[in-house]
Amino acid sequence: MKAVRVVPCLDVDAGRVVKGVRFAGLRDAGDPVELAKRYDAEGADEIVFYDITASAEGRETMYEVVARTAEEAFIPLTVGGGVRSLEDARRLLRLGADKVSVNSAAVARPQLVREIAGTFGAQCAVVGVDIRQAAPGRWEVYTHGGRVATGIDVLQWVQRCEELGAGELVLNSMDRDGTKLGYDLELCRSVVDATGVPVVASGGVGSLQHLVDGAVVGLADAVLAASIFHFAEVTIAQAKAALAAAGVTVRPPSTGPASSGAAPVSGRAR
Amino acid sequence: MVAVIDYGIGNLRSAQKALCCAGADARLVSSPAGVRAASGVVLPGVGHFGRCSEALLEAGLWEVAVEAASNGRPFLGICVGMQLLYEGSEEAPGARGLGIFPGKVGLLPAGVRRPQMQWNLLGVRPGSLFLAGLETDGWVYFVHSYAAPVGDETVATCDYGGPVAAAVEQGAVWAAQFHPEKSSAAGLAALGNFVRACG
Repeated sequence: MKAVRVVPCLDVDAGRVVKGVRFAGLRDAGDPVELAKRYDAEGADEIVFYDITASAEGRETMYEVVARTAEEAFIPLTVGGGVRSLEDARRLLRLGADKVSVNSAAVARPQLVREIAGTFGAQCAVVGVDIRQAAPGRWEVYTHGGRVATGIDVLQWVQRCEELGAGELVLNSMDRDGTKLGYDLELCRSVVDATGVPVVASGGVGSLQHLVDGAVVGLADAVLAASIFHFAEVTIAQAKAALAAAGVTVRPPSTGPASSGAAPVSGRAR
Repeated sequence: MVAVIDYGIGNLRSAQKALCCAGADARLVSSPAGVRAASGVVLPGVGHFGRCSEALLEAGLWEVAVEAASNGRPFLGICVGMQLLYEGSEEAPGARGLGIFPGKVGLLPAGVRRPQMQWNLLGVRPGSLFLAGLETDGWVYFVHSYAAPVGDETVATCDYGGPVAAAVEQGAVWAAQFHPEKSSAAGLAALGNFVRACG
């Protein structure tokens, strides 16, 4: 049975979530750890922290954030952004990340994917790909946050990543990112057809229907979104209800008490 | 004290913290004496079967792991820690397992995406102590490409291209292919059952 994962993604800059987030009653709505706990309690299937920190000293705080998250949220955590070496990956994994996502660094040196998968296992080696459409049915790999075109064909790149040991692929459509026009479904489906590892759709979600389309039309194994979850437009529970109504198997949002270790919060996400 | 065997692989912090959240005094332990002093022992494991087998041997913790899984004290294997309880694995034909259970770990069936990296619903055998409370709504998180054979010791399966061994229980030896430390409330409930068994 395939169960599609619903994955909120948080952009983190020097240890702080960059954009405001909807949850009321948090002591600190910019704290990634508090938000991770909240999403865990709501029934999110994983959390992604995407580190957009520019400075080296700011980067150090990401490690503290990962360590604290591992103490308080008990769902899988992926950390991406700025992972450049096997040592970066080792440090994040030891502190409590479950997966590390490599992007530009993998394009620059594909063996990094093999090193991470070979050392820690394919299950933690995620390759994120920034993508723009080049022509109908053809897509190009970009790096450095979508600023640098590489000339590399996406379908060839993802197959290479799979050969190198990647355990998951995250497809971030730069054409769609921030547009709220929905995922690039043709891209997603093409990658699903071309590979055998789990594929995560990312970039462009503006409505519940877009999440459903990602699973039903794009055939994604997981649907990732950022702002739509953060600004009360859509709750995790609503996302799962919409997917279930479309015939997609999902983990129900309420599977017992919250895992914060504090007083149990019964059931349903709000 | 619950000992989480630290043999230099993967993310042990999550397992330790989740056990603590479930009520245990859980510590990372890297010496045989530390393992022997514990009231319960957890053998985690991620990644490659052969690497985990090798690492356990190199860490000098092989014998004490076999002992812990044989002497009637509560024992919990997680993920590759469950697979290590078998004789070997297709993933690493030359590498040995601890041989607590018969048979070899095999690749997930063809026709499914590998690894299985998702939440899945447990089908729990009635009477399981480990999975008490997870009988009807046991959604837990899996990340694996290989799985143990389904045998008499299997107390839960999930459906992924067919029935896949998800948990075992034989006397005091329990193990999960899924990650209870990453399975939110359901996982903490299973860990709570283990912590209570440790007394």
